[in-house]
Amino acid sequence: MIRFASVSFAYPGAAAPVLRDVDLTIPEGELSLVVGRTGSGKSTLLRAVNGLVPHFSGGTLTGTVTVDGRDTRTHPPRELADVVGFVGQDPDAGFVTDTVEDELAYAMENLGLDPATMRRRVEDVLDLLGLADLRGRALSTLSAGQQQRVAVGSVLTAHPRVLVLDEPTSALDPPAAEDVLAALHRLVHDLGLTVLLAEHRLERVVQYADRVLLVTDGTVVSGTPAEVLADAPVAPAVVRLGRLAGWTPLPLSVRDARRAVPPLSLAPRSVTPPQVTGPVVASAERLSARYGDLVALREVSLSLRTGEVVALMGRNGAGKTTLFAHLVGLRKPYAGRVVVDGRDPHGRRDLARVVGLVPQDPGRLLYAETVADECRQADRDAGLAPGATAAVLDRIAPDLPRDRHPSDLSEGQRLALALAVVLGGEPPVVLLDEPTRGLDYAAKARLVPILRDLAARGHAVVLSTHDVELAAEVADRTVVLAEGEVVADGPTREVVRQSPAFAPQVNKVLGGGWLTVAEVELAMA
Amino acid sequence: MSALPRHLHPGAWWAWSIGLGVAATSTTNPVLLGLVLGVAGYVVGARRSDAPWARAYVAFLELGVFVLAIRMVLQIVFGQPLPGRVLFRLPEVTPPDWLAGIRLGGPVTAEAVVGQLYDGLRLGTLLACVGAANALASPYRLLRSLPGALYEAGVVVTVALAFAPQALVSAAAVREARKLRGRPVRGPMSLRGVVVPVLEGALTRSVELAASMDARGYGRRAGTPTSRLALTGMFGGLLALCVGTYGLLDASTPDVLGFPAMAVGAALLGAALVSGSRRAGRTRYRPDVWRWPEWVVVAAGLVPPVALLFGDQGPLHPSTNPLVAPEVPLVAALALLAGIVPAFVAPRPPSALPRAALRTAAA
Repeated sequence: MIRFASVSFAYPGAAAPVLRDVDLTIPEGELSLVVGRTGSGKSTLLRAVNGLVPHFSGGTLTGTVTVDGRDTRTHPPRELADVVGFVGQDPDAGFVTDTVEDELAYAMENLGLDPATMRRRVEDVLDLLGLADLRGRALSTLSAGQQQRVAVGSVLTAHPRVLVLDEPTSALDPPAAEDVLAALHRLVHDLGLTVLLAEHRLERVVQYADRVLLVTDGTVVSGTPAEVLADAPVAPAVVRLGRLAGWTPLPLSVRDARRAVPPLSLAPRSVTPPQVTGPVVASAERLSARYGDLVALREVSLSLRTGEVVALMGRNGAGKTTLFAHLVGLRKPYAGRVVVDGRDPHGRRDLARVVGLVPQDPGRLLYAETVADECRQADRDAGLAPGATAAVLDRIAPDLPRDRHPSDLSEGQRLALALAVVLGGEPPVVLLDEPTRGLDYAAKARLVPILRDLAARGHAVVLSTHDVELAAEVADRTVVLAEGEVVADGPTREVVRQSPAFAPQVNKVLGGGWLTVAEVELAMA
Repeated sequence: MSALPRHLHPGAWWAWSIGLGVAATSTTNPVLLGLVLGVAGYVVGARRSDAPWARAYVAFLELGVFVLAIRMVLQIVFGQPLPGRVLFRLPEVTPPDWLAGIRLGGPVTAEAVVGQLYDGLRLGTLLACVGAANALASPYRLLRSLPGALYEAGVVVTVALAFAPQALVSAAAVREARKLRGRPVRGPMSLRGVVVPVLEGALTRSVELAASMDARGYGRRAGTPTSRLALTGMFGGLLALCVGTYGLLDASTPDVLGFPAMAVGAALLGAALVSGSRRAGRTRYRPDVWRWPEWVVVAAGLVPPVALLFGDQGPLHPSTNPLVAPEVPLVAALALLAGIVPAFVAPRPPSALPRAALRTAAA
């Protein structure tokens, strides 16, 4: 169905090619998972399938890419619209119309289908993706998960034979991501679609995949999931546990691991939860916030101590970002109060020295032309001694190229730079809003010691995240928000064990208080 | 029996509100303007959907009040003095020589204030009419009903319309980020720091949008040798329309350059649009239908401006010097009231709620 024959590709003006000599055949009806580090060329590979690379991106492509017998050299993306459906990361950015039904019909209108066919296909797709109840709604009123399902539907109505998705769930919370992935699974099984999917959080999809394509520095290795993941640099926790324990065949899901492997002789782990006894540096007391009729936070009480790492969890819209906005004084409480470093943070001038926030998109914080310049500006802004920010950056990311433009850095590097900018003023409270969005396993693994080190240096660190594996590794304490209220607050080990939704994979396999592969490794050694 | 709920054709709503707007611009009588506001508000209240843009009427109303307030303040502080009853006096500032002709402060007369109030009210009412159109049919839906040949232009307008709200959102985010870093958020130096990231974001988004449109077949048939004929027709039609307008306005030109030229121009343009649309290779999903309620709505929108433009002009512009109570011209008021007909004749918009919920609610 999809064939790459010795394909190489370089972006215009780039010294090194992004894809090198890729040979690949993907048969009809398979779900192929594209994995690899950030910046390894995954997106380029996916965009080459429908001709966005090179027709849209520019650059030089050698070799041939054919889809259903059509050569992308002679067929630009619009001529492949009836064969390949392409869905990007941010559904909202790709919407052309303003209601669900119109969006679903858009591709068919372009193809010039007759009205009766269009009507029938819209109804089919509404059912297939569970969108029937949303058909008349304005796109801007949908949740992120619903928007992504509409985006999938908007390409499906053209009846493509191949569906290409570039990290469709990276902006979604776990339940919404499950919705989208379940819908994809159904498409593969019911319609026999060929699906090519890139995804960072392998634990969500690897069990559905027929084939894994590992992209490393522009070269592609293809094989069954167990073959490729046996020594891939990216792997979910359950696979790493399987590698550590030497299980064969390598388990890909928690179910596999539970069923097919001999039990590890590990005693239930009993650890007394770490006692953080530092002084309270920030607190919210019966804090309420509202946007019009929506109660974003309802009487939330919370205190943060120096030296602890707190994971803030809960679905999108549960109030995590609003809580952060109050802790840094961007918003004034509707009721209750916030105290940071002994005072109300709202309207405080020396805010940058008291509390630092790395926003969801760390690039927002950066506006200089080079990394070094960014550090100098951060010193000036916060009134620090020259070199303070650069010193922090040396500590947390020594290998970051200083002459690079911030927007040319990888997600992980940008996060490190934004963190350094925030840390320059040594604020006692550091907040990170979904730092793992768009980070690969390696970048996440680098983040863990940085955050632990900050706690050891006496900062109170709070990160909001959907990533239970990361929370298990880094957080002393986990707070779960729902509908703007605190529904759980306690040591991470207790909180994640009590609810299956928040339990990391290792805990699901082994039970008994084990949370991370690193713990198991230590115990087995 | 009321009609089945459906979306009225957006063209009908826009024609109706343009009619009301034209009526509003042709009078400064506050009673009549108030009547226009009331009629528009009533119809919006009766026939708007539950989509986000249905709140546009109130937003435009607020904008109108804001404009009115600004104009009043400017009039009071800078306005030319009018003789009459002095309401109060502001301390007068004598401007330097190079600013001669500009007045600051001084006596404020009731005549000047009321005159400005009438004018501002007229502008505010016009804005409210635009708001009513936006609330009843989103501009996007109007663009969707354009003839296929104008589709490209419609896309450009849609993308441009989406820019403003997105830019506002991202500007707010950039300002927040600056606050977090302790940078100044006001002042000329901060402007570059806000504008550049906002434009950068808008550019990234539009590239994303273009990729998404391309991948979904936009411009697929553009390569076919569409319509040199249609283009020529369109151009010729426009030219004939221009000539016709000139002929109508200039009495010294021969008669054939007047209405006949205009008619030929309109016919050519229409034919070109129709043929161009047929060749555009796009089809339309569930096009809006045009039935008798649409005609009634358009007619209801035509009555007020026609009555006001061709009726007795005297009471439309009540005198503010000398100041008199505005009289209410009966014919004009009745004509404006005709604008309320759509509130009863137009079908209700369908609800966006799921069907099951609607049935339970109805039972």
